[in-house]
Amino acid sequence: MDTTFTLTVNGRPRTVTTDSQRSLLHLLREDLGLTGPKYGCGEGQCGACTVLIDGKREHACLLPAKDAAGKSVTTIEGLSTGDKLHPVQEAFLAEGAMQCGYCTPGMILSAVALLNEKPKPTEEEIHSWMGTQICRCCGYPRILKAVRRAVDAAKR
Amino acid sequence: MALETEETADSVEFDFAMDRRCFVQVLGAGLMIAVSHGSALAQNRGGRGGGRDGGNRSVSARIHIANDGTITVLTGKIEMGQGARTELTQAAAEELRVSVGQVQMLMGDTGLVPDDGVTAGSRTTPSTVPAVRQGAAAARELLVALAAKKWNVESGTLEVREGRITHAGSQRTVTYAELAKSGEAAESLKQSAPAGVSVTPVDKWRVMGTPVPRINRRDLVTGAHKYPSDYTRPGMLYGKVLRPPSYGAKLLSVDLTPAKAMPGVIAVQDGVFAGVAAPTTLRAEQALKAVAETAKWEPAPHPSSKEIFDYLRQGAQGGVPQNPFAEEVAQAAKALRATYHVAYVQHAPMETRTALAEWNDGKLTVWTGTQSPFGYHGELARAFRLPNENVRVIVPDFGCGFGGKHTGEAAVEAGRLAQAAGKPVLLRWTREEEFTWAYFRPAAVIDVEASLDAGGKLTSWHFVNINSGGAAVDTPYRAGKARSRFVSSNAPLRQGSYRTLAATANNFARESFMDELAAAAGADPLDFRLAHLENPRLRAVLEEAAERFNWRERVKQKQADSGVGLACGTEKGSYVAACVEIALDRAQDKIIVRRVSEVFECGAVVNPDNLTAQVQGCIIMGLGPALREEMRFAEGQMRNAVFSRYLVPRLADVPELDIHLLNRPDLESAGGGETPIVAIAPAIANAVFHATGRRIREMPIRLTAPSGA
Repeated sequence: MDTTFTLTVNGRPRTVTTDSQRSLLHLLREDLGLTGPKYGCGEGQCGACTVLIDGKREHACLLPAKDAAGKSVTTIEGLSTGDKLHPVQEAFLAEGAMQCGYCTPGMILSAVALLNEKPKPTEEEIHSWMGTQICRCCGYPRILKAVRRAVDAAKR
Repeated sequence: MALETEETADSVEFDFAMDRRCFVQVLGAGLMIAVSHGSALAQNRGGRGGGRDGGNRSVSARIHIANDGTITVLTGKIEMGQGARTELTQAAAEELRVSVGQVQMLMGDTGLVPDDGVTAGSRTTPSTVPAVRQGAAAARELLVALAAKKWNVESGTLEVREGRITHAGSQRTVTYAELAKSGEAAESLKQSAPAGVSVTPVDKWRVMGTPVPRINRRDLVTGAHKYPSDYTRPGMLYGKVLRPPSYGAKLLSVDLTPAKAMPGVIAVQDGVFAGVAAPTTLRAEQALKAVAETAKWEPAPHPSSKEIFDYLRQGAQGGVPQNPFAEEVAQAAKALRATYHVAYVQHAPMETRTALAEWNDGKLTVWTGTQSPFGYHGELARAFRLPNENVRVIVPDFGCGFGGKHTGEAAVEAGRLAQAAGKPVLLRWTREEEFTWAYFRPAAVIDVEASLDAGGKLTSWHFVNINSGGAAVDTPYRAGKARSRFVSSNAPLRQGSYRTLAATANNFARESFMDELAAAAGADPLDFRLAHLENPRLRAVLEEAAERFNWRERVKQKQADSGVGLACGTEKGSYVAACVEIALDRAQDKIIVRRVSEVFECGAVVNPDNLTAQVQGCIIMGLGPALREEMRFAEGQMRNAVFSRYLVPRLADVPELDIHLLNRPDLESAGGGETPIVAIAPAIANAVFHATGRRIREMPIRLTAPSGA
C-alpha cells in the first residue's frame, strides 16, 4: 500500500509517495536518484548502504523508507559543501583509502557518524565502530589510517 | 569461453527460443550512447580483436587526440579496484611525456576500444602496460614528426616535455594541444606505428615507478562515480530471475499469470529461463515470489560439503595417479605422505553481478561489471544469435572481481528480460544469488609424498592436485625425482578463477609439507627450504622476509599458545615470502594472526602505492579462506549464502603488517595483484604446528573442526 510522507534528504525537504514496504535504500536509489548508498548484502552486515538519519548511522537496506518520515537523511552526495569536501572525505583522499571504492561511501558516512557520537574516540572505539563495515578489497589498513586522520583533524 | 593463460570459469548455457515478436516490441525504443567522444572515436577503432593482432593498425585505435587537445587512451582492460586505470594512465603519460592529468582512459567499451583480452592472470602489467607504452610512444613520435615537418628540421633534434615539443636550435615550440587544433594531430595518429619506436628506459621514468594516487579518487569519496548497478536508462525496469530451489533442479512448469496481473510487471518464460521486470525492485521481488509459488521442479541428487573431499577423490578423471617413485621411497632414510584439503570459497565481490540491458533496432547494449568485456560480448552474440556489430558491452569501473566476473550470465539474463519488456532492464543479483549461482574457487584434494636421504635432502617428490587446478603445481624446490600433476574431477559446483587460481591451494599443500619434511629432517624450516632452493629471486624474498621478521631468533622462542611460521612461493612471474606470528585463543578456539612480514618482488615496480595496497589486500583477503571461509552446502542448497554466515575478513582480523616491496628495476614488470595471497595460509598452518605440534592439513585452518560442518 502506498503512503505519502515528507523527509529531508541532503538538506532538502522531499515529499514522497511510496509502497510502505519499501526500504529506504530503494527509495533513495530508485526514486530520488541517489546511488551513493550501495546494495551489498541486504542484511545489515556489510555497511555499503550506510546513511545518516539525524546524524546517526543506519543501514538503509533494512530501514523501511516510511521510518525516515520527518527525519533528516544524509547520503554521501550530501556530505560535501559545494566543492568543499567533508574532513572525513579529505582524510580518505589523503590516505588513498579506497580500491574499488564500492564500500567507500558507507565507510565515510560511518566515520562521520562515529565523530558525531564520540568526537574523541579511542583507538578501541574506532576499531569496534568501523569493524562492522566490510571492504572486500580488504583495504582496511588505509581505511583505519584515514579514520585516525579524521579523528586527529577533529580534535584540533 | 576461451580465456587467456590458465583463467577458467564454468559458463552458463542459455538456449532461448527467441520469440520474434520481442524484436518488434523493441523497435524504435531510441538509443543514446553515454559516451562523450562521439563517432570520430568510434570510427578510429581498430575493430574487435585489434589489440592483440599487433598488425598495421592506426595508432589512434590506442591513442586519440581530440581537436581541443584532450588525449584519450583506449583499452579493453577494466578497473575493479586493482589499479589498472591509474597504472595505464601512468604508462601513457610516461611515453607521451605529459602529466597524468592530461590523459584520460577509456576502458572496457567493446564498441570503442581494442580487445586487450580478459583482465586477469596479472596480465595488465606485463602485457597491456607495454602495449599502451608502445602506442603512446608511437603517438609521440608521429606528433614530433609532424612538428619536424612543419619546421623543416630533423625529428631527432626535437625534445618533448609536458606535452610541448621544442626545437632548441631555433627556440621554436608547439604543444600537442596546438597541433591538435587544426585536426592535423588527429590525422597524423591515423597512421600505423612507425618502425623502431623506443620506450623510456626504467632509469629515465618520471611517471612510472612513482606512487601516483588513484586517478578517479575524488569521484569515489563523493559518490559521484557510477558503478554498473548505479546506471539508469529512461523507462528502465528492475529485473529478477527465477532460480531453482536446489542445484540441478529442472523446471517442469510455471504459471506467469499471477505475476502478469500485477501493475507494471512483465514476466517471461523461455525454456528453463523465467524472470520478471517491474518499475521498482520491491514490485519485481513480489512478482518473482508470485512466479516462484507456481513453479514445479524436479530435484536432482547433489553431494554435501561434508562429503566433498571423498566425492572429488572418487570423481578424479582417470583415477588418482600413483607415485612412480616407489623405489626412492623404499630406499629413503625417511619418507612422508600427507593429504591436504581446501574448501570451496567464493569471491564475494562487494558489488554483486549486475547488468543493465537495452535493445534498439535489434542491437543490444549492456552496461555491466565484468573482467572480460569481449568475452561477454561473444556470449551475448551467441545467446541472442546476433552479429558481433549488433552487441556493445560497456564496463564502468565496478566493485571487485578477484577472478569472479569472467562469465556473462547476468548480462544474458538482463538482455532476455529487456527483450521481453521492450524496455531497458537492470538486473542486480542479490547477495544470496551471488553466493549460490556465481562460480566458486574450486575445492582441492592434494596428495603429496616425498622421500629424504640420510643427509636430509629430498630424493623424490610426488604431488597430485585433484580438482582445483594446475597453477603453481610444480615445485620450485630441487627434489631429486619430481612429478607434480593436476587431475580434474566431477565438480558439483560451478568453478572458476579466483585471485591466483589454484596457486593458493598448491602452495598451501607444498609449503605445509615442506615444513613437515623439515621437521622430519630435523632442520629449521628456513634452512631446509634454502637448501633445496636455487631460484635467486625466490631465495631473495625468503631471506629478506626471514631477516625482517628476525626468524632465526623467534623460531627458537617457545611461548605458550603462540607460534611462528613461514612460507614462500612463485607464480605469474612474481615472488613472495611471508613470516607470521600467531596466538591461540583457547577460550574461543581461535587462531589470531598477530603479525605478518611479507616480502614481494615483481620486477620493476610501476606504482609502489598501488602495489602496497594490493599486497595488503591479498594478505588480508587471504586470511578469510585460511581461517574461516568455506561454502557449506547440503541437499543441493547453499547453507551459508549470506555475510552473517560466511565470515569474510573485517577490520578486527587485520594483523600488524610489515610489507616490503623488493624493487628490481633491472627486471621486466610483472603483475602484483594475485601472488601475494599464496604465502599467508601455509605460513599460518606452519605457525600452528610451531605453537602446538599439530599439523592441520585443511583450509580453513581450524583448531577443532566445527560440528555439523
